[in-house]
Amino acid sequence: MENSINIKLKVWRQAGPKAKGRFETYELSNISTDSSFLEMLDILNEQLINKGEEPVAFDHDCREGICGMCSLYINGRPHGPDDDVTTCQLHMRKFKDGQTITIEPWRSAGFPVIKDLIVDRTAFDQIIAAGGYVSVNTGGIPDANAIPIPKPDADEAMDAASCIGCGACVAACKNGSAMLFVSAKVSQMALLPQGRVEGARRAKNMVAKMDELGFGNCTNTGACEVECPKGISLANIARLNREFLKAKAQD
Amino acid sequence: MSSTLGSSIGKKLLMSLSGLFLIMFLLVHLTVNSFLLIPDGGEFFNAGAHFMATTPAIRVIEPLLAIGFLIHILYGIKLTLENRKARGSARYASGKKTTGVTWASQNMLVLGITIGAFLVLHIAHFWVKMKLTGDPLLEHTTITIGGVETEVENAYALVNHTFSYLWIVIVYVVAAVGLAIHLSHGFWSAFQTIGFSNQIWRKRLTVLGNIFAFVIGFGFSIIPVLQYLFYQG
Repeated sequence: MENSINIKLKVWRQAGPKAKGRFETYELSNISTDSSFLEMLDILNEQLINKGEEPVAFDHDCREGICGMCSLYINGRPHGPDDDVTTCQLHMRKFKDGQTITIEPWRSAGFPVIKDLIVDRTAFDQIIAAGGYVSVNTGGIPDANAIPIPKPDADEAMDAASCIGCGACVAACKNGSAMLFVSAKVSQMALLPQGRVEGARRAKNMVAKMDELGFGNCTNTGACEVECPKGISLANIARLNREFLKAKAQD
Repeated sequence: MSSTLGSSIGKKLLMSLSGLFLIMFLLVHLTVNSFLLIPDGGEFFNAGAHFMATTPAIRVIEPLLAIGFLIHILYGIKLTLENRKARGSARYASGKKTTGVTWASQNMLVLGITIGAFLVLHIAHFWVKMKLTGDPLLEHTTITIGGVETEVENAYALVNHTFSYLWIVIVYVVAAVGLAIHLSHGFWSAFQTIGFSNQIWRKRLTVLGNIFAFVIGFGFSIIPVLQYLFYQG
């Protein structure tokens, strides 16, 4: 079992939003197979800085797969070749010695490139701001068991809530659709009594914002579900369709 | 209402409902066509065709069907164009290696165009001749419906003659296969869009959709093939 590998990187470099991008090739040797993908990029950047070159810009934060900040389209898949993990949880043992690894930013009109591998995902924040919340007045802490919630509902809501808003669904979608993200954010609250109150308004406003921002129309290919690092189910999209159409029918 | 149908989900709803309507039409169409396989010289099929052409309901259903097709085609194109724009012009240099996504689901427009092209030919072969221009083959024939002798157009003769050409049979089979692939995604997708799906129903609808697609594809291919092979002369 080898403990370190030599790899060749093809990295997308783009100086700014309007600049023309290109692929740059880098070679890295003696990369530990135990290092994470982002640690490998840290090593690359260290070498670039030491050479006096511009480091590769990429998004990252918690590095434990829960913040949704890391992205990267690696060798034909969002978050790389491993299933159900974010790029920060991807390890170099998933790659072979001598392999060429292509790293690209998310590609979608809704996510324009800011620099190198960083894309602008504020569209997701705008969709959340349009209704992805529960309006709560402050006050005393209510008893947790005051409102009984069936276990299957609680589980399904929790599964939907595990969406970290990384945008892999949009990156994988041939239609540049954000439906998996929006459906998870609508579902996590539609399933619970506290969220039901604003359910109709939430579904309408979030879909309207999603359309306004130019995301595409879902054609149910299911690529998003496959690439989602949190395994968000397409069943959420059916629920969003239901919520939206019901809300509109009530008007 | 306009804001509903103008939204992404609203446009998809139109695709879904028109698609489900066309699915119903396919079922009726295949049922009547299956009469072609009864070896009675086309008497039963002619009776079926006569009923379909003369029932008062056809005055409503025929324009409805045309509208259904138009909505499905126009919105299919509109949605695809919007989706291309949303996708943006940049492509992934490392390609798409996402597994488990069906080919059908990613090529619905191409399949739709194939079916649309066939439809033009199909309408020219039958609808135009039966409704507009007429054809010597359609000369009236007498059949017995429920003991009563009735004079009807010989639709069977036109079908039988059309399927005596090998190239037409091949085109029909190719179109039927294309339609089946289109339905293998379209069927469950239509239900998903109206919100009638969840973790359990998705599996059921996919299985049901595949069975339906097979029946439609097999049915519409086997009829011209058998007509060509065994019903000539």
